[in-house]
Amino acid sequence: MSRIATTFQRLSEQSRKALIPYVTAGDPRPETTVPVLHALVENGADIIELGVPFTDPMSDGPVIQQAHERALEQGVSLSDVLAMVRDFRRDNTETPVVLMGYLNPVEAMGYQGFADACAEAGVDGVLLVDLPPEEAEGVRDMMSAQALDLVFLIAPTTSAERMRLIASAGSGYVYYVSLKGVTGSASLDPQAVARQVETIGKTTELPICVGFGIKDAESARAIARVSDGVVVGSALVRLAGEYARTPEQVPEQMGATLAAMRSAMDESPATEPNP
Amino acid sequence: MSEKIDFTAFPDSRGHFGRYGGRFVSETLMAALDELTAMYNRLKADPDFGAELDYDLQHFVGRPTPLYLAQRWSDQLGGARIFLKREDLDHTGAHKINNTVGQALLARHMGKRRIIAETGAGQHGVATATVAARLGLECRIYMGAADIERQKINVYRMRLLGAEVTAVESGSRTLTDAMNEAMRDWVTHVDDTFYIIGSVAGPHPYPMIVRDFQSVIGREARRQCLEMTGRLPDSLVACVGGGSNAIGLFYPFLDDEGVAMYGVEAGGHGVATNEHAAPLSAGRPGVLHGNRTYLMEDENGLIQGTHSISAGLDYPGVGPEHAWLKDSGRVHYVAATDDEAMSAFRTLTRDEGIMPALETAHALAYAARLAPEMDRDQSLIINLSGRGDKDIHTVAELDGLSV
Repeated sequence: MSRIATTFQRLSEQSRKALIPYVTAGDPRPETTVPVLHALVENGADIIELGVPFTDPMSDGPVIQQAHERALEQGVSLSDVLAMVRDFRRDNTETPVVLMGYLNPVEAMGYQGFADACAEAGVDGVLLVDLPPEEAEGVRDMMSAQALDLVFLIAPTTSAERMRLIASAGSGYVYYVSLKGVTGSASLDPQAVARQVETIGKTTELPICVGFGIKDAESARAIARVSDGVVVGSALVRLAGEYARTPEQVPEQMGATLAAMRSAMDESPATEPNP
Repeated sequence: MSEKIDFTAFPDSRGHFGRYGGRFVSETLMAALDELTAMYNRLKADPDFGAELDYDLQHFVGRPTPLYLAQRWSDQLGGARIFLKREDLDHTGAHKINNTVGQALLARHMGKRRIIAETGAGQHGVATATVAARLGLECRIYMGAADIERQKINVYRMRLLGAEVTAVESGSRTLTDAMNEAMRDWVTHVDDTFYIIGSVAGPHPYPMIVRDFQSVIGREARRQCLEMTGRLPDSLVACVGGGSNAIGLFYPFLDDEGVAMYGVEAGGHGVATNEHAAPLSAGRPGVLHGNRTYLMEDENGLIQGTHSISAGLDYPGVGPEHAWLKDSGRVHYVAATDDEAMSAFRTLTRDEGIMPALETAHALAYAARLAPEMDRDQSLIINLSGRGDKDIHTVAELDGLSV
């Protein structure tokens, strides 16, 4: 069983929901990334989404755009990100790492080379924001040959027909983009999310995790109640920007923010009915 | 080419031109692209829509535009007879309005109340603001802050037309960043907003829609050339940034085997330097802004900064159909430098009384190399895609003047 599947099975047995932090690799400094990853795990991360910096992050709001720019200013490439995962794996063999980014750096490396490098570094899955399932065949073949998961997005605009397509193309988990917008957008409506998660659940056995718009412990708790996991990105990445001049503080700051979300989610048993 | 290719059979139903094109966007936009594709395919087959579009092209845009024999310039160069397809005479001063008129009709049929667009030189922004004003639609234009600086006249025109112009400060602060920001707006307001893409770039169906709307240029030029010379032209020349004016001229001639075609990219300070905007000449295939095409990128797949004296060509990608036409060998892609373009700008202004846009000047520069190699009984059509009024500040600055 893959590390991602094992993680969701353990969570399910514990009646807990997955907490999935997103950070951009190399932000604010290349050398802070591995300490950040360990701090996130210590403070409750079940899976980590690690952003691969790209020059044109079209689906991201200003907070994560700036994170990409900070990382790129220091020359962080896809190869560097893979090296960071390899480094992280020396001390952690349990927490799944999903690379999240845009297709072009993967195209430049070549699908085969990318899949081999991911497997070698200890990556568990990949989420490419600008790669819908219709165009994903080539990547998917290479990924599955290395037993890597390919995670796809589902949006509020996704039709039932496309949900089935995405469910059959993807593995690991489904990432539900909870609102129409870019990362770090306005707040979301837990009841609307609950209805959508229920609809998606009819098309797939995969765990359904929800991201975009989860800002704090309260929204993490509300979304955890109605899904299999929450993804939190901009709320953490913002701290990398705020502490860019004292990067040694970033792991602790991110850890504290994540810990608050973790405890809010765990206070609320999954069996509790919706408010 | 060993096998004859049916160029009208592209793109396929999923928007591919060979290995190029396609749809590489975040999931939120997929439904909107499906909806647009369905609406476009329905309206394209609807004679009423065709009549509506033809009416607007004739009475609002001012079509057909002339095909003008540049006799004096042809004589100076001493080769082929040079004809200029006068898209500079379109309403608003460039070919861009052929497409915005069409897409605005689509927007109206789809019941969208808000229009957004990206712009580089500002020509597409002006053409979009113009149709939005005419239809009473809310309009927001995204433009790189660096381009706002060098295209002040067009920025003011857009504002006079009632559009809100948003300066994009991220990245290189040029067209590519404006396109990122327009995509972000669209994904946020996808329910009520129509995104009018100005070039044959972006995700399917945009490269097809923009090509179809711009093909009126080539259809007219083909007919006019037959009327004026009794035969088809020997060569076509057009500048290529994203490539909408070029595909508009080329497309109706693609099956005419005897017609040679040249797409001229922005060579900037020279294609051998890193300061240019010529992905077909010096780039490689990748994925950006919703499609697979040739890009200017580094070995890690990061998009590189571009340089061109003309804001409208200052873009690291190119329409996917051009990528495919390059690989298939049907169209030759070449480059002209900033200096060559400036020289051609001055020549056409002084010797033919036509002041071209700096984008267009790249096509003129290459034609000035090509025409002398051709016979006097041959003919060459250049797409004179836009007029140069918008560029007078840039030109004056080179002359050490402030106007």
